[in-house]
Amino acid sequence: MKYFKLLLSLAITIALIVALGSKIGQIPPFGKFLNPFTGFWQNAENVKAWKDEESSLDGLKEEVKVYFDDRLVPHVFAKNDEDLYYMQGYITAKFRLWQMEVQTHNAAGRVSEVAGEKALENDRLQRRIGMGYGAEKAEDFIKQDEPSRKLIAAYSNGVNAYIKNLKPKDYPLEYKLLDYSPEEWKPIKVALLLKNMANMLSVYEYDIENTNFIAKFGEENFGKLYPDFWPGDDPIIPIGTKYETPNTKSETNKTAEVRNLKSEMYANVLQKPDEINGSNNWAVSGTKTKSGKPILCNDPHLQLSLPSIWYEMHLVSPGMNVYGATLPGSPAVIIGFNDSISWGVTNAGRDVRDWYKLKFKDDSKNEYEYNGQWVNTEKRVEHYKVRGTAERIDTVLYTRFGPVVFDDSFGIAESKKYLAMRWTAHLPSNEFKTFYELNQGKNHDDYINALKTYTCPAQNFVFASRSGDIAIKEQGKFPIRNKATEQGKYLSDGTTSKDEWTDFIPAEANPHIENPERGFVSSANQHPTDSTYPYYYPGVGVYEQFRNRRINKLLADGKEIDVDFMKKMQNDNYNLFAQEALPIMLHCLDMSKVNSAFKPAIDKMLTWDYYDNPDSKAAVYFEEWWSTLRDWLWDEMSDPTYPMKRPNQMVTIKFLQTDSTSDFYDNKATRQKEKRNDIVTYSFQLAMQNIMEEYHHPDSIIDWGTHKATKVAHLAKQDAFSSLNVYNGGNNGIINATNGTHGPSWRMIVDEGAMKGYVVYPGGQSGNPGSKFYDNMVSSWARGEYFEANFVKQGDELGNKKLFTSTYKPK
Amino acid sequence: MKNFLLSIILTSIVSLLLQLFLPWWIIAVVAFVVAYFIKQNSIMAFLSAFTAIFLLWTIYAYMLSSANDNILVAKVAELMKALTKGSTTTLYLITGMVGGLVAGFGALTGSLAGKLK
Repeated sequence: MKYFKLLLSLAITIALIVALGSKIGQIPPFGKFLNPFTGFWQNAENVKAWKDEESSLDGLKEEVKVYFDDRLVPHVFAKNDEDLYYMQGYITAKFRLWQMEVQTHNAAGRVSEVAGEKALENDRLQRRIGMGYGAEKAEDFIKQDEPSRKLIAAYSNGVNAYIKNLKPKDYPLEYKLLDYSPEEWKPIKVALLLKNMANMLSVYEYDIENTNFIAKFGEENFGKLYPDFWPGDDPIIPIGTKYETPNTKSETNKTAEVRNLKSEMYANVLQKPDEINGSNNWAVSGTKTKSGKPILCNDPHLQLSLPSIWYEMHLVSPGMNVYGATLPGSPAVIIGFNDSISWGVTNAGRDVRDWYKLKFKDDSKNEYEYNGQWVNTEKRVEHYKVRGTAERIDTVLYTRFGPVVFDDSFGIAESKKYLAMRWTAHLPSNEFKTFYELNQGKNHDDYINALKTYTCPAQNFVFASRSGDIAIKEQGKFPIRNKATEQGKYLSDGTTSKDEWTDFIPAEANPHIENPERGFVSSANQHPTDSTYPYYYPGVGVYEQFRNRRINKLLADGKEIDVDFMKKMQNDNYNLFAQEALPIMLHCLDMSKVNSAFKPAIDKMLTWDYYDNPDSKAAVYFEEWWSTLRDWLWDEMSDPTYPMKRPNQMVTIKFLQTDSTSDFYDNKATRQKEKRNDIVTYSFQLAMQNIMEEYHHPDSIIDWGTHKATKVAHLAKQDAFSSLNVYNGGNNGIINATNGTHGPSWRMIVDEGAMKGYVVYPGGQSGNPGSKFYDNMVSSWARGEYFEANFVKQGDELGNKKLFTSTYKPK
Repeated sequence: MKNFLLSIILTSIVSLLLQLFLPWWIIAVVAFVVAYFIKQNSIMAFLSAFTAIFLLWTIYAYMLSSANDNILVAKVAELMKALTKGSTTTLYLITGMVGGLVAGFGALTGSLAGKLK
């Protein structure tokens, strides 16, 4: 009996230790997680603990000083560039390690190593679209440029120096929650991170969606609903600008017959990221500013996340003094300014990804047809070390048209519809070099030189210099496309070379303008050019139709522009789309059928000033009505089996204005056949009913800021670590492009006259949910406030803005 | 009573020191050893170890959290809402109980082993 009791007690003790030490399903290991010596309590950062510190690190060449200011922005002062990037890696890891790793794990298709089986399908997808393959090509290419290789290696060494000294109690909270440990940082992860950006930003193509539409509704309808250009548009390069005729004329005008693949529909498409992934940037010349010197502005719109996608830094070495937003996981400043120039980016959104339908010789898929011959496929075997289960294997076939994303082993099973994907993110490239050169650029020539080799994701780089120049250039590698066949707009033929990419548009021919007469340059993801640009590009993408026109109007009207003008402008909530859409929507509304309880909503909209301000109620009615109308009107394009893209807003307004009887008005889910006014009226009724049900008192309690309830979500989707219900205005198509989940992820204004920068982002410098610097800027951001960047020449100049200094010495 | 208090003091102090560099479950080993050498009835051995670690863990957690202006404890209580209903007090109690139980069973085992002699 004594022994039995002893053994039982021992067994219970061991069982408790094992159970509380392991992660069970979603539940963290309680013993590990809750004990205050190594568990989450250790991440409860002492709010007053900031004090000067000194340490020595392996691999540093000389002493580096890092001054942290009162927002925890590091000002890194190094004596050479290798030390500078080493320290950038070290400091970024110190505050953002988990984020750096999870983002690159995601790019590499390795999340299932941490999250288990449920992440496997997404991991497979990442690998089948060749993220790792692209990163490997980039890494090989970077190695050919010794300075780039050396500096990326220095950055990686810095990250690893931090990881090496890390004890389990110091692990970022998410490691403890998910019960795993950080791994060594390798240089390829820098490339993976850029592929992650490419996969967010350079994927706006609708080849298969367009093909499906034509197969179902015909070419004529397609031409009407998906025009390449539309009247009244306002491209980045102003209308009427003359372009040089390319010498490769034969390329752009070739008229090879291509196989028509538009008679069949396809079930497999890749999910597109939010269409609001875009941005604004502009620069005004001294002729329009109070100071007589340029002002540059940029706000990239991305998914709002905690930790934020950006990490603010100031990097100083003998050859460089640069300030701005960095991407955790990549050396250099991505958007920012130095003492001579400033620059910012918006997404180009150009179609740089094409789909090819392949024909294999037999089920082995060892050979595919190309110009009448059988060519061997290459096989890349992908291994997945799925947590909690056995290793999985997936073989991806590679062809001259890129990886075969959809075949019998992936996607919805469709007989013989093998789709390969050609993408500029698979080209050998070195984006780091562009940013490194921009960071130390002095003038317009340096800027143009820096951009020359930049490949993917294509961006509109806006530029301003202290010496008074402004410019904008769309840069990326763009395939030369066949205009006659509208190559790249639809599914392409993968059995011949006729649809194949042969060459790329030379960097000199990419849209560019310097010091234009109108005194400003701008971009907001609209068309880069008008239709006279000599190189064809599909216009069915996500080209913006409203933000751009609003920006250009404000800048054209603006005089004596100063920083306050720009602050107001970046936070402008004017809804140009509503201004253009609401009159026709109200015109089509059949008042005899409108429920009288909803009439106050109409009155609100009739007196609306078209600002989506947080306290606006009319904005709630309009936005809900519009989104219901869009769903009902374009229900034909919501077939879950064969995906299509809905026509854009500009086209929709035109359609409502000019056609009142089209078959597209009929909602297929209802028995009767609707016409325009019916659908507009029903959608109004339904939207108002929904508002009524949600709020009970539709007229008295809701406003747009509350209704929209913007969420800055934690990267592991934990609400407890997210900023919920952030009260602010704006929406898609508005300069302040903040919807419920996406928006300006960084706002920057650079005054070249005073050499000052003003910045804010919806997050905080620390990635630790237990830090007071985790989300401390969210409310300032929501209110449209900024912080002046402490762009000092020496650390001591920080004065009482200095929180603490870290001194690092070589070991 | 003397042994009860002595056990609490020994278990908590030795656990405090060892946990600075050893994994969390070392508390079970400490409690086992203390209970093996300091004779008490098994229930008292369990209770003394439970009390020692319950106090050690909750007090230390409380100190860390106070210095943090309680930013994190509120978030984790929210994260573990299913258990805590969002209450930080409950989170402290769960923390103390987890440590207390493991140490308690370690002590119970130690006490039973001590009685074999």
